[in-house]
Amino acid sequence: MTLALIEPLAQPVLGAYLLTSAVLLVIGVVGFLTRRNLIIMFLCTELMFQAAALAMVAFGRYHLDLSGQVFVIFILTIAAAEAALALALIVLLYRRKETLNAEAWTEMKG
Amino acid sequence: MTSALFVAAAGRLMMTAAASSPTGEGGGPIPVAEPLEGMGWAGLILWLPAIATVLCGVCAALRLRTKLPGWITVAALGAAFGLTLVLYAGYESPMVIHLVDWFDLRAGEWQFSFVANIALYVDSLTLLWMLFVTGIGTLIALYATEYMEADVGKGYARFFAGISIFLFAMTALVMGDNLLMLYLGWEGVGFASYWLIGYYYERPSAVAAAKKAFIVNRIGDLGLALGIYLIWHNFGTVQYADLFNLLESGHYPTEAGGWSIRAIPYLLMLGAFGKSAQFPLFVWLPDAMEGPTPVSALIHAATMVTAGVYLVARMAPVFMLEPSSLVVVAWVGGLTALLAATIALAQFDIKRIFAYSTISQLGYMFMALGVQGAAGGAYHVFTHAFFKAVLFLTAGAIMHGFAGQVDLRKVSGLRQVPGFRITSYTMLYACACLAGVPLVTNGFWSKDTILAQAFITPGPGFRALGIIGVVTAFLTAYYAFRVWFRICAGPVQYEPGPELDEAHGGSRGGFHPHPPRLAINAVLVALSVGAVASIWPHFSGWVDHLIADSSAAAGTAAHAVAHEGFLSNPHAWMPWLASGVGLAGIGVAWFFHLANRKAADDLKSALVANPLTRWLPHALEHKWYFDEIYHALLRAPLWAGGHLMYLFDRYLIDAVLVDGTARLPRLLGKAFRPLQNGVLQSYAVSMAGGVGLVALLVLLSPHLRELLNGWLGGGG
Repeated sequence: MTLALIEPLAQPVLGAYLLTSAVLLVIGVVGFLTRRNLIIMFLCTELMFQAAALAMVAFGRYHLDLSGQVFVIFILTIAAAEAALALALIVLLYRRKETLNAEAWTEMKG
Repeated sequence: MTSALFVAAAGRLMMTAAASSPTGEGGGPIPVAEPLEGMGWAGLILWLPAIATVLCGVCAALRLRTKLPGWITVAALGAAFGLTLVLYAGYESPMVIHLVDWFDLRAGEWQFSFVANIALYVDSLTLLWMLFVTGIGTLIALYATEYMEADVGKGYARFFAGISIFLFAMTALVMGDNLLMLYLGWEGVGFASYWLIGYYYERPSAVAAAKKAFIVNRIGDLGLALGIYLIWHNFGTVQYADLFNLLESGHYPTEAGGWSIRAIPYLLMLGAFGKSAQFPLFVWLPDAMEGPTPVSALIHAATMVTAGVYLVARMAPVFMLEPSSLVVVAWVGGLTALLAATIALAQFDIKRIFAYSTISQLGYMFMALGVQGAAGGAYHVFTHAFFKAVLFLTAGAIMHGFAGQVDLRKVSGLRQVPGFRITSYTMLYACACLAGVPLVTNGFWSKDTILAQAFITPGPGFRALGIIGVVTAFLTAYYAFRVWFRICAGPVQYEPGPELDEAHGGSRGGFHPHPPRLAINAVLVALSVGAVASIWPHFSGWVDHLIADSSAAAGTAAHAVAHEGFLSNPHAWMPWLASGVGLAGIGVAWFFHLANRKAADDLKSALVANPLTRWLPHALEHKWYFDEIYHALLRAPLWAGGHLMYLFDRYLIDAVLVDGTARLPRLLGKAFRPLQNGVLQSYAVSMAGGVGLVALLVLLSPHLRELLNGWLGGGG
């Protein structure tokens, strides 16, 4: 029964897409956790985003259902807006402390 | 108009003179009071002082620098006195004069009714009290217009507002037709007393004395409040007329009472002892002398302190429900009389001596009530009001003239100091009244009546009480004339008191006393004339008649005894005995304080030298250590208890319970606080870890997996 969950991975074409997506996600997570540079961390979140988008497109194609692709279009639109916001924030943070190190911002501790 | 009034009042005096003094069967019927319409003007006696208070307040607010507040007060009180005279001249029988509705709670059955209106209960006891309260009040207010002149523009309006509100409260106390109004007046006079004792509020001793008076009175007031409650509880009314009718008819539910009826007199007594400064609540009165002297004369000698006597006399029918309470009243009164007289022997402050003599004389009054000589007691209240007012006012004149000097060792030969002749001789007459100089003084006759009654009325130890009274009369004569011989007689020498200022020659060293002027002298003479005139009621039976016509009649025992012989009739031999001890006391005072002043010092040093008697002068000078005993027995334990409570509150309630409860979430928060370290990545780790954990759970837990499978299947 355990295999039922990972069954999609065994599909010939779909499996490759999903693996790529999983690899992208893990790269993003690891990068986010290990790097201290705000811009790199932001790029890592973008990677995780794309991993999710890729999985959705793949599943959409697999099930011959366009809603997966439509959803991804929305994700990209939102991501573009969000990227502009995030970069603006990073610029402001940089102006404040003249550094991009995430560890410089620890005021919000309990 | 005014003279016609006096003629009418005097006419009534003559009429009662014609009526023979009551032979007295003892516990006569209580006269029934009838509600009367169209007497609303009598309410002005109550309202005029209240209006004067408000006007004095207005003067204070306008910062007037004139004597106007004083004259407003004198005018209001004088008008109240005039109205009282009119009321007296037209008085026929006890009446109730309704003024304003106050409480009127009735719910069918009488057990649940509570009626207390602003109404006046006018019977002869009320009139007797109101005559001297308003009359002497007016005179003393007039005296104060001159005495307080140094304070014009400063405390002048405040002082007279206090006097006016005192008269308002005293009128409510005496004239109220129910116990609730009496209680209102009772608290009101206590408040006015506090206000005026603390008049010199910059002086810590005055503030302390004001607080002491208020707090000691409060102990007594508790008894009065409980007594009034029990009266309502047992008889269902607090109105005098209803209460006396009920007691007369005997139709009240005794089965509801038992102890609760028997306790009433004792509780009322406690209130009376507090207000009238009797043992054990007398300690506030000597300290109350911190107030301005007119206040001492008016409130703490002539009028307010007789409120307790009034209460016992008014409530005589209630006291008769438990006759043993009257024995307690008599004994407390007699012992207080003796105790206060012994203390007065050794004081040097003349105002304090007079304060202790007030306590002592009030003791006589209670003794009179206790031995069921209500008429004698009321007569003594009446005579005492005059001569004690004169004594205090002469003391005030001396203080006024000698920059606050009250030490009898520092002033001598006053009658030869220019301008003090009237002061000296009115003081002589008042001292003679206090000492009971035979025939020509009112104190002699009123005291005799009381002492003789103590020998007549059968009761536990009443004869011993009479002997105590006679001994006290000797001591009284001694200390009264000790003051007069020291201050007014002997060689002229004086030194100023502590309130030296420019008006007395000031710091330039040339001290000169300034003698009293018109207002003070006129009031002293008027009061002395009043004291002389108050001898008359003894022969006319005026006071006897008034008392027999009021609720106090219930507390009057058989007056006359069989006239078998001289020795068996105390009323026959008491004047001789009292004259003897009075003159002996004066003689002793003359020897020690005029003829041979060194002898007094020799006697004291002899007493101090002898180890057996060394304690005596010290104990007397320290008032038998009453303040110290109260301090040790009451104040110190209360202080310790209060601080224990403080510690309990501070360290158990506040620290453990309140702060402890607050600290618990704080401690919990402290345990979790490291999670919120502000480092972005650590949050991300916990988030990723959480997601990983959920994924792992889903993979490993069969139940969750089935759930997910079903969901995926449904969605797929």
